[in-house]
Amino acid sequence: MTIRSARLTHDAIEPTLDVAGVALVADPLGALFEPASGALIVADLHLEKGSSFARRGQMLPPYDTATTLGRLARLVAAYQPRAVIALGDSFHDDGGPARMHAADRAATAELQRGRDWIWIAGNHDPAPPAGLGGEARDALALGALMLRHEPTAGAAPGELAGHLHPVAKVAVRGRSLRRRCFATDGARVVLPAFGAYAGGLNVRDKAFAGLFLGDAFTAWMLGDAGVYAFASRGLRPD
Amino acid sequence: MSTRARVPSAAVLPDRFVRWFAGRGWSPRVHQLELMAHAQGGRDALLIAPTGAGKTLAGFLPTLVELAERGASNSGNAGIHTLYVSPLKALAVDVARNLERPIAEMGLPVRVEGRTGDTPASRRKRQKEQPPDILLTTPEQIALLIGDPSAGRLFETVKRVVVDELHALGPTKRGDQLALALARIRALAPDVVTVGLSATVSDPDALRRWLVDPRRGRPMAELVQIAGGAAPDISIHQTDERLPWSGHGGRHALGAIYEEIKRHKTTLLFANTRAQAELTFQELWRINEDTLPIALHHGSLDVGQRRKVEAAMGEGRLKAVVATSTLDLGIDWGDVDLVVHMGSPKGASRLLQRTGRANHRLDEPSKAIMVPANRFEVIECEAARAAALAGEQDAEAAKPGSLDVLAQHVLGVACGGPFDAGALFSEVTSAAPYANVDRATFDDVVAFVATGGYALRSYERFAKIRKTKDGLWRVSNPQVAQSWRMNVGTIIEATTLKVRLAKARRSKAGAVGPGGFGGRVLGEIEEYFVETLTPGDTFMFAGEILKFDALVDTDVYASRSTSDAPKVPTYVGGRMPLTTDVAARVRGIIDDRASWPTLPEQTREWLGLQQRRSLIPEPEQLLVETFPRAGKNFLVAYTFEGRLANQTLGMLLTRRLERAHAAPLGFVASDYCLAVWALRDMGAMIAGDLLSLDALFDQDMLGDDLEAWLEESALMKRTFRNCAIIAGLIERNVIGAKRKTGRQVTMSTDLIYDVLRRHEPDHVLLRAARADASRGLIDLERIVEMLARVKGHMVHKPLSRVSPLAVPVLLEVGREPVYGASQDALLKLAADDLVAEAMAED
Repeated sequence: MTIRSARLTHDAIEPTLDVAGVALVADPLGALFEPASGALIVADLHLEKGSSFARRGQMLPPYDTATTLGRLARLVAAYQPRAVIALGDSFHDDGGPARMHAADRAATAELQRGRDWIWIAGNHDPAPPAGLGGEARDALALGALMLRHEPTAGAAPGELAGHLHPVAKVAVRGRSLRRRCFATDGARVVLPAFGAYAGGLNVRDKAFAGLFLGDAFTAWMLGDAGVYAFASRGLRPD
Repeated sequence: MSTRARVPSAAVLPDRFVRWFAGRGWSPRVHQLELMAHAQGGRDALLIAPTGAGKTLAGFLPTLVELAERGASNSGNAGIHTLYVSPLKALAVDVARNLERPIAEMGLPVRVEGRTGDTPASRRKRQKEQPPDILLTTPEQIALLIGDPSAGRLFETVKRVVVDELHALGPTKRGDQLALALARIRALAPDVVTVGLSATVSDPDALRRWLVDPRRGRPMAELVQIAGGAAPDISIHQTDERLPWSGHGGRHALGAIYEEIKRHKTTLLFANTRAQAELTFQELWRINEDTLPIALHHGSLDVGQRRKVEAAMGEGRLKAVVATSTLDLGIDWGDVDLVVHMGSPKGASRLLQRTGRANHRLDEPSKAIMVPANRFEVIECEAARAAALAGEQDAEAAKPGSLDVLAQHVLGVACGGPFDAGALFSEVTSAAPYANVDRATFDDVVAFVATGGYALRSYERFAKIRKTKDGLWRVSNPQVAQSWRMNVGTIIEATTLKVRLAKARRSKAGAVGPGGFGGRVLGEIEEYFVETLTPGDTFMFAGEILKFDALVDTDVYASRSTSDAPKVPTYVGGRMPLTTDVAARVRGIIDDRASWPTLPEQTREWLGLQQRRSLIPEPEQLLVETFPRAGKNFLVAYTFEGRLANQTLGMLLTRRLERAHAAPLGFVASDYCLAVWALRDMGAMIAGDLLSLDALFDQDMLGDDLEAWLEESALMKRTFRNCAIIAGLIERNVIGAKRKTGRQVTMSTDLIYDVLRRHEPDHVLLRAARADASRGLIDLERIVEMLARVKGHMVHKPLSRVSPLAVPVLLEVGREPVYGASQDALLKLAADDLVAEAMAED
């Protein structure tokens, strides 16, 4: 794997990662952009997670969907993608689309206008979201890349997946920082969860075992202004 | 308090009691009779007394007399007569023991029972069906009973509520919870009379207001006060050995202290932190050639272990106990005749209360020795002693009630039965902490409880409580009450992990994952401490030096280590900031050169050196020194405002220095000062008018800078998390779910905080969190006062090397986490290092 750059700003779109020979831009908001096809790829939006909890009596602020879509809108404005691909678990539960606020529904339609939009099925949302536009797929091939929700066990060159919500933790000067991250060994990538209320799973967790060659990988941690690379051996468990 | 004339003792005390007192060679004390007269007259009362004055008996005497007189005529179950509430479970147990004696000896027909979180469910159920005459319990249990459908029946018989250790409860969230519960009990039992028991406090009126319902006509409870007994005998340990420059161990003095332990019957050693307690215990055992029974007691140890120590102490089997503040409160410890304060107790009240643990007889002086751990602490100990002997008490600002606690209470009331919002508002504002809550805020809280209270009203259909046609609010379904019951409480513990003593084994160090090995639990340790450990690191815990082996799920596995010094020494638990009064006295001693000869030679010499090399600031001055050291440029400001205030100030100053292009790298704070280091020479910048001290310390930093820092700070996020849990936004315990690890909760509340802050910055929960953060955690008021005081009184002293006064704080660098750099900067820094390292290996 080649490290192209440790920083990225929106005015200078530079590829950050090479995965299976494909150059990808890793955005600090937690999305990948593939310049050749113009595809913007995000994972685990978990829309309507707030209202899903509210059903059970935990009244989380009902603004998570708007926040997530707002971040997505910033990316769409910056990269002008030809396609947006959501790697599954786009909704927190299958009742989510029905609970969606009218304004959020309209915002989604606005984002979809003039581009392809693909909902890849996830375990939280096996059925395509009703009445929301876009195409539903179980998985999608994009050149040398294979896009799906759940990472395939064992080696899977060219795979981009979500599902695991990777976060990495490092200790710096007596403080510990825990951030969402892209986990990659140059052959495949596990994307961070994009949803405003999506929690994280430490990349040292056994759920990541066997995904990367020799279990060695790089965690690109999301900062405010850039993504920062850390070798897996320097990362801390929770 | 001149009610004495109205209290002819024989008139109020029945024969049986007079005989009992006489039989023990006692006579009823004036304060006991005064308190009884108030109780019999239906007047709420506050008893302020030092330890050893028979406070508890005074609190219960009116109850025992009434129950004795009711006696035989009442064979059926009359319900609870008196509720006794204490902040400590152990205290309830202790009080039960103390009550048994008079009840048994006088043959009173009185049934006393305790009810805490440890009480078996079967007994709790029976207590609801057949309540005891006196129920000894905690604020949490009272809150639970209020939310019980049987609350009306249970509380309507209550004649008296006794609140013990009110000084400790009053200004806390548990105090808020109890104040609200008291207001509820008054609604259910209109004749109830309150009795508050408190140690000496600086502002008794705040507690007097706390005890009454002003709607009944009296703004404050009656005050019964016992003047302190004999003045305590407090000495400061003198040593010929070299006093360390910094640190808090006090190791140099332990040889001498060991001799004192031998000379006395039972010695209680108080440490300010668990680390210090562990260290003291270790060192004492190292020199314990006579193998004296010396024990350790602190809040992280296993409960069973703590109970054993407490029992042994009560039976007089121990020669000494090393303890932290877990023992500050009024548990009866038998025959302690010496208290040793390891390090400065940081405040006059704490010094007096801890010292009061020695000798429970009022007329004999309690004896205490203070052990300064470093040169600066000598001055601090002198200051604390002077303040204590002058009878000063630490000022404790009355705290407005927290809205998160109110939210928990409102739901609790609804679980107990339907409520009318107007009536509940009147009831809530009759509780002193909530006296100033306006109706709009109260309605916000009710809306929060119902649906989260968001402007985007999308959760109406999921409401937890609903206003029905009759205008009353009711819980929507039984699950709401069940889930509320599982989450009652206002104490949010830091996430802790069990420490297990692993047998020596060959497993791979640092393994993470389920393991098939058990091990004895030594206690619990904060997660943040474990985060700093790497397998193989040694640390001190439960009186032993342990080696960290592995973290498995939520268990820390450690094994006994042979090393004689732990690698990770700092374990900063429960450290208190210096109080304002003691700080002012410290400043006074430093300024008053005439008092220097009374200080030990080493301290004197040090201050003299400071006078020659730099200067001794006048009491109203703020001394700012700048000097280069080890390639960095330091700026040290001597504020004397305590660690919390200095930490906050450090955060704000580094922001400003950043804007002034001084390129600050970090800072450390102590109780006396804060030291900032930067790439640029701040002394030269000040000299060249590129940096103005007046501008740097201008009061305007408390505006935008404070807000900007606070909103993004980890402190605010932690505070928000606590408020969210107490208010019931996040449930600690979910019905039918396996207990989650704390980490997941932390993550999600941070995410929720970010979203809520952007969309509804004035949401009631954010208001609650901001109030908490600015009040207690960052000591804002002290900064405000200090900035106003030092305006125009700043002295800059540029130096070519570190000054004597700066040495202690600079020695803290490396032991304390470094603050001041932004998270992104830290990430970038570490990432670059790792990338460089990775590249170099190719």
